[in-house]
Amino acid sequence: MRNANEVGNVAEIVSLAEGVGRLVHDGDMVALEGFTHLIPHAAGQEIIRQRRRDLTLVRMTPDIVYDQLIGAGCARKLIFSWGGNPGVGSLHRFRDAVQNGHPVPLEIEEHSHAGMANRYVAGASGLPFAVLRGYSGTDLPRHTDTIKQITCPFTGEQLAAVPALNPDVSIIHAQRADRAGNVQIWGLVGVQKEAVLAARRSLVTVEEVVDELEPVPGQLVLPSWAVTCVAEVPHGAHPSYAQGYYERDNAYYEKWDSIGRKRDSFEDWLREKVFTMEGAK
Amino acid sequence: MTATTDAELTYTSDEMMSIAAARALSNGQRCFVGIGLPSTAANVARRTHAPDLVLVYESGTLGSKPDRLPASIGDGILAETADAVISVPEVFNYWLQPGRIDVGFLGAAQLDKFGNINTTVIGDDYANPKVRLPGAGGAPEIAASCHEVYVVVRQSRRSFVDRVDFVTSVGHGSGKGDRERLGLRGAGPTLVITDLGILRPDPDTSELMLSQLHPGVEVEQVREATGWDLKVSPELSRTDAPTEAELSTLRALKEASK
Repeated sequence: MRNANEVGNVAEIVSLAEGVGRLVHDGDMVALEGFTHLIPHAAGQEIIRQRRRDLTLVRMTPDIVYDQLIGAGCARKLIFSWGGNPGVGSLHRFRDAVQNGHPVPLEIEEHSHAGMANRYVAGASGLPFAVLRGYSGTDLPRHTDTIKQITCPFTGEQLAAVPALNPDVSIIHAQRADRAGNVQIWGLVGVQKEAVLAARRSLVTVEEVVDELEPVPGQLVLPSWAVTCVAEVPHGAHPSYAQGYYERDNAYYEKWDSIGRKRDSFEDWLREKVFTMEGAK
Repeated sequence: MTATTDAELTYTSDEMMSIAAARALSNGQRCFVGIGLPSTAANVARRTHAPDLVLVYESGTLGSKPDRLPASIGDGILAETADAVISVPEVFNYWLQPGRIDVGFLGAAQLDKFGNINTTVIGDDYANPKVRLPGAGGAPEIAASCHEVYVVVRQSRRSFVDRVDFVTSVGHGSGKGDRERLGLRGAGPTLVITDLGILRPDPDTSELMLSQLHPGVEVEQVREATGWDLKVSPELSRTDAPTEAELSTLRALKEASK
């Protein structure tokens, strides 16, 4: 039910535009993951460029990448646990959408990190929900109806239950893939494996496609048959970082604060940095 | 930020806050570190009196030893200097939830007299907030599961309120005994370190009271910066001024991060 790969199918190597065009549809539930490291920014901008609408965006930490998608009007709903510009401050496009409904109203479904991580784990495990010690006494369950109490059938303890996340498509960025589409990731791996395995379809953008994946300590490998498409997108995580390739562009995060702050400056950015790049990839 | 001169050393109230927070951590403790003020304090502690302090960051690093302040919770330096790098589900499920962490070190946008924390919305209406804040992140479960919680936050009438607009992370709920009733296993906030002094829960009621004043600060000044009728501990004490070593460590860390 979950995996788009038919028996014997392996990841196809495609261009970014083709990958997004084939896998991301209007109205889809889309997860872009990467916990501060390896954030798939180039893919996010390609979704804007292809003018996708009514997406339900899922991400633990909707930072700049979702500020851009929300500001461009691609999303109708956001499922998340922390929305800010890390180390800088607020996400102004996100705030404008929540507080003023601009450019389109944004419904939110708000969790904690532990809840979101467990929702992906349940999704990747083929289970309908996950159980955790969480949310007790907080105001979150009053506003988020995907948080319920459950009684342990063995001990009688009260615990929290959260439903599985099974995005239509999950998108992550990784360091490398080989020509067969096996994906190699190292450094902080966040919740990327769970996001890919929970999704019906997946797109992995990589810094480079190589003949052979040389082992790296602490690596994570996603086999080709667990991934739908791979696209080579050098620098595809900028302004976040790709360990072994480039550092986080902290100045860009600062700069985003002024770009995203005003509707005008954001529109200028969209025109100059996203739409004029049409077809360039 | 008022500058204070104390035996030739000049320092700001923010520096005093970071150093007081650093002193609260003991060597060998396992500390779950939030970004910003908590991370600054934890790294000062590790470079002064607590070299074996274990820093855990929610991005998936156990035992990070950065030589500058990380710019974000997932700064590459945290992974490169860690004893182990793990996935985010593992951080929460294997390390935090079972109670393996001694101290949860958190910041707050709003804090109330029972140490409940709000980082979600300002205003009474969740659907139409006056200000939309970033949200929960890891804090609710950090506040629930660490053995104890230290909060480090600048003190003002805006941030120190009688009741938070939204309970993102539970402190002592609505008073003594609430944590037990809610099934929260850690002790909750045992220390609140601000730029003016230190607050601790009253053992009888769990209401935060002023227990320590930083140098040059008077009780009235702290009460002025508090949105409830702040009680003062009968054993009110004075924080020692920062030492030269503490100040130079803090400043070197900040300088290295520029």
